Amino acid sequence: MTVRRVMGIETEYGISVPGDPAANPMVLSGDVVTAYATSRGIRPARASWDYQDEMPLRDARGWDMGRGIAHPSQLTDVEDPTLANVVLTNGARLYVDHAHPEYSSPEVTTPRDAVIWDRAGELIMREAVARLSTVPPGVNLYKNNTDGKGASYGTHENYLMSRATPFGRIVRDLIPFFVVRQIMCGSGRVGIGVDSRVNGFQLSQRADFFEVEVGLETTLKRPIINTRDEPHAVADRYRRLHVILGDANHADVANLLKLGATSLVLAMIEDDALGADLSVVNPVAALRAVSHDPTLKRTIELTDGRTLTGLELLTEYFDRAGRYLEQRYAGELDADTAEVMHWWGTVLDHLRRDPMEARREVDWVAKLAVLEGYRERDAMGWGDPRLRAVDIQWSDVRADRGLAHRLAATGRLEMLVDEAAVVRAVTEPPTDTRAWFRGTCLARFADEIVAASWDSVIFDVRGARVFQRVPMLEPLRGTKAAVGDLVLGAADAEALLTALAASAD
Amino acid sequence: MAGQEQIRPGRRDDGPDDLPPPTPAAPQVQSSDIDDILDEIDGVLESNAEEFVRGFVQKGGQ
Repeated sequence: MTVRRVMGIETEYGISVPGDPAANPMVLSGDVVTAYATSRGIRPARASWDYQDEMPLRDARGWDMGRGIAHPSQLTDVEDPTLANVVLTNGARLYVDHAHPEYSSPEVTTPRDAVIWDRAGELIMREAVARLSTVPPGVNLYKNNTDGKGASYGTHENYLMSRATPFGRIVRDLIPFFVVRQIMCGSGRVGIGVDSRVNGFQLSQRADFFEVEVGLETTLKRPIINTRDEPHAVADRYRRLHVILGDANHADVANLLKLGATSLVLAMIEDDALGADLSVVNPVAALRAVSHDPTLKRTIELTDGRTLTGLELLTEYFDRAGRYLEQRYAGELDADTAEVMHWWGTVLDHLRRDPMEARREVDWVAKLAVLEGYRERDAMGWGDPRLRAVDIQWSDVRADRGLAHRLAATGRLEMLVDEAAVVRAVTEPPTDTRAWFRGTCLARFADEIVAASWDSVIFDVRGARVFQRVPMLEPLRGTKAAVGDLVLGAADAEALLTALAASAD
Repeated sequence: MAGQEQIRPGRRDDGPDDLPPPTPAAPQVQSSDIDDILDEIDGVLESNAEEFVRGFVQKGGQ
């Protein structure tokens, strides 16, 4: 096992109209999706979402939540025709999730590709903002996770895992990692407490919004481990681990590590190779304590009686990953795994010497360096609204206004992928998952597709009396290598379906 | 700009007890780098920070 696995990132963007805090965010989010779709010639009525396989109330622990007791926000499989929802040629889904526009990346197989298609989503949101700006005051979008006033919205990661792995082991071995992962992946936040009632700075946008260790909910009583069991794949073989506690990243290194280190820890869990239990005492309190300590000096208690700093616990996971890879591959690592291990070790070294040394790699450090600069120069206290303005504007998706983008453009953030690859990913799907089939079909046969989803494309072939649904329950089928000739050689959807049927014989 | 806070003399220590101490003085080259960043951010930061922050209100999501 390596860092490679089927994965993806879904991001809900903060949305606001300058000067109009009362503007309706559902309507605005619909405008964002429609503005972008229209700019690409996509008619939202076509290529809409196929909800047949959505099971938002399926619980990984083995039961379904009754629909009657579900919060309305959990009923994500009910189609609302007033909400725009499109599938893009890059294989992503762009839609309105509650009161935010959301970009769900296509399935990729490496952390590096996850970063590329995540950043492509940001370019898509930027394009929508540019389109909407033609009618003042326009709409602004923010790649962040809280308004600092009590509301939070998610950046979720998805990892395809083996169904054979006991869920209890995932819970036990992943929670301690998630308590400390924010040290290298947090995006930083001005304000302590969900509504920022205490002045100060913390590592993570999300930590204060988590209340329980394990659960199905995503909008209330948020759990460190989310049990939504909606694999969008062959359910007997796969589980989709839905991770809801991460922050949206701008720093490529932090984003790469979020996906890459997590994938490696999951590989060790699947192999039952992680070793002795690293459970921490009271993980929810520890999650917040770690987030509230930018000095990285505070200790947390493990159930085995040890007391470690968060950085020491994160280093323990890194060391175990190193030993695991040494045993499995004797130092012969694939490039993607080697890259993740290189940056994981580098960032830990920087943080250990002086957290400020990681300012090129880790969002919260980069943000804190700027905030401390302001505090020093202008003698600001942590309650100063200008510091909170910096925090919010940090994540503005516009290249000229977003502070993280200004830092990146002036060479102050380590960039791992070049802009040209990101621009390509706005329209092109990854080649090595079923996202290639989905995206390429939409690029070539959009007029003959009535709906698509993660695991299906539904065609309305001219002259045919019924729709034809192509199921795609194996995420690693439908790749360019497997069906590229068929898809690219077909003149229309009818020819494609005929060729697919023949190839299945 | 209207609503802009006055710069206060001296850093106001209004954080909780568990806040990090100020970061150690950075080497000269980094200090000037931070100054450059701040100058750049000054040019694009919302001029009425208080109103901007107050106006950034979101509905909860997932």
